Amino acid sequence: MTVIETHSARETAEAGEAFGREAKPGDIYCLDGDLGVGKTVFTQGFARGLGITEPVNSPTFTILQIYEEGRLPLYHFDVYRLGDPSELEGIGYEEYFYGDGVCLVEWGSQVADLLPEGTRFVTIQKRLDKGFDYRKITVTDREDENTGD
Amino acid sequence: MKDIRILAIESSCDETAAAVVANGREALSNIINSQIDVHTLYGGVVPEIASRAHIQNINPVIRAALDGAHMTLDDIDAVAVTYGPGLVGSLLVGVAEAKALAWATGRPLIGVHHIEGHIAANYLAYKDLKPPFAALVVSGGHTHLVMVQDYDRFEIIGRTRDDAAGEAFDKVARAVGLGYPGGPKIDKEAKNGNPHAIEFPIAHIDGAPYDFSFSGIKSAVLNYLNEAKMKGETVNRADLVASFQQAIVTTLVSHSMQLVRERNLDKLVIAGGVSANSALRAAMKEACTAEGVAFYCPPLILCTDNAAMIGSAAYYEYCKGNFAGWDLNAVPNLKLGQRA
Repeated sequence: MTVIETHSARETAEAGEAFGREAKPGDIYCLDGDLGVGKTVFTQGFARGLGITEPVNSPTFTILQIYEEGRLPLYHFDVYRLGDPSELEGIGYEEYFYGDGVCLVEWGSQVADLLPEGTRFVTIQKRLDKGFDYRKITVTDREDENTGD
Repeated sequence: MKDIRILAIESSCDETAAAVVANGREALSNIINSQIDVHTLYGGVVPEIASRAHIQNINPVIRAALDGAHMTLDDIDAVAVTYGPGLVGSLLVGVAEAKALAWATGRPLIGVHHIEGHIAANYLAYKDLKPPFAALVVSGGHTHLVMVQDYDRFEIIGRTRDDAAGEAFDKVARAVGLGYPGGPKIDKEAKNGNPHAIEFPIAHIDGAPYDFSFSGIKSAVLNYLNEAKMKGETVNRADLVASFQQAIVTTLVSHSMQLVRERNLDKLVIAGGVSANSALRAAMKEACTAEGVAFYCPPLILCTDNAAMIGSAAYYEYCKGNFAGWDLNAVPNLKLGQRA
């Protein structure tokens, strides 16, 4: 288990960037945390780490955004709007989850049953007693280890 | 001259839509799946995200569009379809359907960019509108400030770096307990609030003065809520959402007017679902009037995702003979101005 503490959106992006630099084909990250906690900020840094320079927007509306200009293809999911995990099948998720690129799945625990073995779980949390910009980023290899603070 | 009638299909996101458009300027029919009771009419299903729903809706919606225009496939001169940007599975349903219809009828196939379609919605609403003009496209999935040089020439001047404007509305509505869809609910609630009660930060991007960032405003709203909660204070929700809306509207208006001034333009159009927002319409109209700029804003039915706008944009491709091959594919991250 890895715990990273950040104190600004910039630091959260830098944490993501470090993971992006080390990402390997087939890696999947399940990204959880409340609204506005910085899941997209983390992903923007992650994309930079892969060498992607185009703006990475929130995929809330489109569910999936694909970026192919980096070292590896990045498949950026946001499954918040899905009514049911089975709706991912309509998107053809297997092609991405079991492909040669890297997947980042925001609100991924909503589709936990569909996440392949080897998925890494990233949880971003606020701690208001430590200030509005403080974030605790927890990275584990199994969902059940990820019990927050 | 003979009328050119285009059957247009749109399935880039949640809506399955079909329309018949004459000469790019007149919608003879404009059917959106959530708008008609497809279930009763033809045995369809309620809208959902999956492409499965598009598959079930698409034929009834196309049939309703042809019926509405009092036409059959024989009366159609071309078949147009949105091929990006959007959700790949959703786009593919429309693209495959359009290809099949074009092939079966022997008519040309035209691929259309979704955002170019939103801009073209204004050609349906305003018969005399001609480029060049500035266009602000704001919806749940897109925020683009575009210089429209000609019917088929676009230059992206500004875009969002994080959340789309409509998405910021949805997320803030969720945070304050107003629910979905956030845009109309905030618009309504804000009418009871003071838009100057709270000053929310307006983001500026270094080196990209026309780009937008809305995630900062969203975070500021969440921090405001958290701070009130910690202090045990009650939040005036109407004031909060009115102030939030004011911050978004101010950014959209100031960037748009900056472009109009810089390029010495006399026309500004808005398009996309968020252009239905009453505060945005009012502020934009006021700013345009003050500077002697003509302001165009399509009716609600043409602001939301629809196929009539695709049929309008397709007409100008038709006139140029810009037809797609049978290898036309869905392009989820299609760039504005890119051609198949």
